[in-house]
Amino acid sequence: MSVQELVIPKPREITTEPRFSDKVFRGVVTTGGLSSLLLLGLIALFLGYRGFEVLRQEGIGFITHADWSISTDDAGNVLDSHFGLAAMLVGTILCSLIAVAIALPISVFCALFLNFYAPGWLKKIMVTIIDMMAAFPSILFGIWGFLVLMPSVEYWAKLLHKYLGFMPFFKMQVPFYTRSPFVAGVVLAIMIIPIITSVSREIFSQAPLDRIQAAYALGATRWAMIKAVVIPHGRSGVIGGAMLGLGRAMGETVAVFTVLNIVFQINWQMLLGAGGNVASLIILKFGDASPYEIKALMAAGLVLFAMTLIVNALANLIVRTTGKSGR
Amino acid sequence: MSTTITAVPTKPWQASKRERALDTGIFLAAITTSFLVVALTSMKGKLAYFTIFFIAYALLTSVFKATQRGSAAAKDAFVNSLVAIGAIVTVIPVASILDTVLRKGLPGISFNLFTHDMALATPTDPLNNGGLLHAITGTLTMVAIALFLSVPIGILTALYLTEIKGRFTGPIRFLVQAMSGVPSIVAGLFILSAILYPITKAYSGLMGSLSLTILMIPTIARTSEEVLNLIPNELREAGTALGGTQWRTVAMIVLPAARSGLVTAIILGVARIAGETAPILLLTGGGDKVNPNAFSGPMGSLPYYIWKSFNAGSPEAITRAWAGLLVLVGLVLILFTSARYLGSRKVAK
Repeated sequence: MSVQELVIPKPREITTEPRFSDKVFRGVVTTGGLSSLLLLGLIALFLGYRGFEVLRQEGIGFITHADWSISTDDAGNVLDSHFGLAAMLVGTILCSLIAVAIALPISVFCALFLNFYAPGWLKKIMVTIIDMMAAFPSILFGIWGFLVLMPSVEYWAKLLHKYLGFMPFFKMQVPFYTRSPFVAGVVLAIMIIPIITSVSREIFSQAPLDRIQAAYALGATRWAMIKAVVIPHGRSGVIGGAMLGLGRAMGETVAVFTVLNIVFQINWQMLLGAGGNVASLIILKFGDASPYEIKALMAAGLVLFAMTLIVNALANLIVRTTGKSGR
Repeated sequence: MSTTITAVPTKPWQASKRERALDTGIFLAAITTSFLVVALTSMKGKLAYFTIFFIAYALLTSVFKATQRGSAAAKDAFVNSLVAIGAIVTVIPVASILDTVLRKGLPGISFNLFTHDMALATPTDPLNNGGLLHAITGTLTMVAIALFLSVPIGILTALYLTEIKGRFTGPIRFLVQAMSGVPSIVAGLFILSAILYPITKAYSGLMGSLSLTILMIPTIARTSEEVLNLIPNELREAGTALGGTQWRTVAMIVLPAARSGLVTAIILGVARIAGETAPILLLTGGGDKVNPNAFSGPMGSLPYYIWKSFNAGSPEAITRAWAGLLVLVGLVLILFTSARYLGSRKVAK
């Protein structure tokens, strides 16, 4: 008689080790995710690498001087060059600040309208229109701004100068209104209204409903409710939205280039037809630039990149922290 | 016998006939004021009508409410009109843009436009000479290549953020958001410095699409992330409970459930880059002939065509630019509408 031996199957090992297919999957997805991280680093690296020579030659003067000139001999050797971005930086900041100053109140009121005043059907239509506006290409805003909007804006500029000329920012010595930073600022304002509006709308819609209802129950009017509940809740989110708009306005190229008169002189008078913009400078000088000047343009690109990145990162940080602290 | 008494539903919060009549009266009074002021003083023009109407309306309503219900109601009425101004001012530019593009672009649209290129014509030629076939094919080619490159990276990034949630989630999400703010000209300069000058040394459609890829990745990644976050976690748990590996769960359950949302993300990405001008000006060289090969030779595109015609300046050229803009806006609107349509459907069936 043979005793059949009982075969006890070995218990399968319990493990959290992912299978091979999962390892591959995770590897591929992580690589994909990291590649977008890599891309951003590469942009900074390459622009810095190309612009390094110019940055070293000009030093801090690259952002504090206002002249942009290069002279070469017949063989194309650089004899003398001065690259300074100050005028362009001032112009960029001026135009985008004007844009935010115009767009912010309009967008906040529009967002309030959409959330607390508009009936459902109107809200749907307007949200579609505003999202559509955000998808319009910038060249469209540029050409429309130049051919349609500019005559009206020049007229507004004249009115501002005539009636509010005593204020420091509306002052100007030479009455020359065409293609001023103010015009560019208005065009940019129209371009960033959809961004600020949709961020503010999102933030306002997260206002705690119970407090809204409590305010109404205490007999508050709509404005009293907004002032007591919605604005304290959404304030920093709106600031974040405005900064997102600012970042967009600073990096805008084609629309500004079509409406702005680019002059290499620091000009803080917003109604005077002489301004600057880093991105437009690149388009303007790129066509007939010598290899050395191209390097300067790369350095300018690096400065622009750093500026927009900082503004955007701050803006996202602000918006996100407001979103989290729901109440 | 008992009679049943049904209470007539009343809506006490609704405006009564008297109140509505008063509102209309104030509205009409404001319009009259604006006409009177424009007629009697030196202020002229559309701006004057508009401004005076709003000032008059805001003042009249708030004074009226103040007499009826006190200062709180007056403030409320004043803000009402401010908010309405905000909404109207936001919509006016869109209306004006669409109106101008249609009015100025339609005369330039002809059958010729879609069958010819500009190889034998200059922007200042009469309109029946040449067309924008090269621009349309160029834009489509570049967008197609950009799609091919950016969709995998964009969706993988979104999957990393929603499914894997590894160590780099925070930094990647942060940087993707920051990347969506990278000015388009910087993307163009990057391709110029990293690929065009050291490697290919020639303008081509491919260079254009590479820069468009950089601009498109963040849009796709962010929208896809939002869509994937909407997929209920129960679906993922069900997949795992059935013994699926993570790979099978994502590929067979999560992605199909999110399909229409992902398509929306991709379409929004295309709408974002279709009209991108700055990097195209730097990188593609803008040829005037139909060029089917994206890897060599300059390539035309709609933004470049519009830019070139606009800068040529003659009336014919400007009409060409508007016609090009009309085609471009039409393209963007079609993409946008289809994205809306797909996005409005249920995410998971």
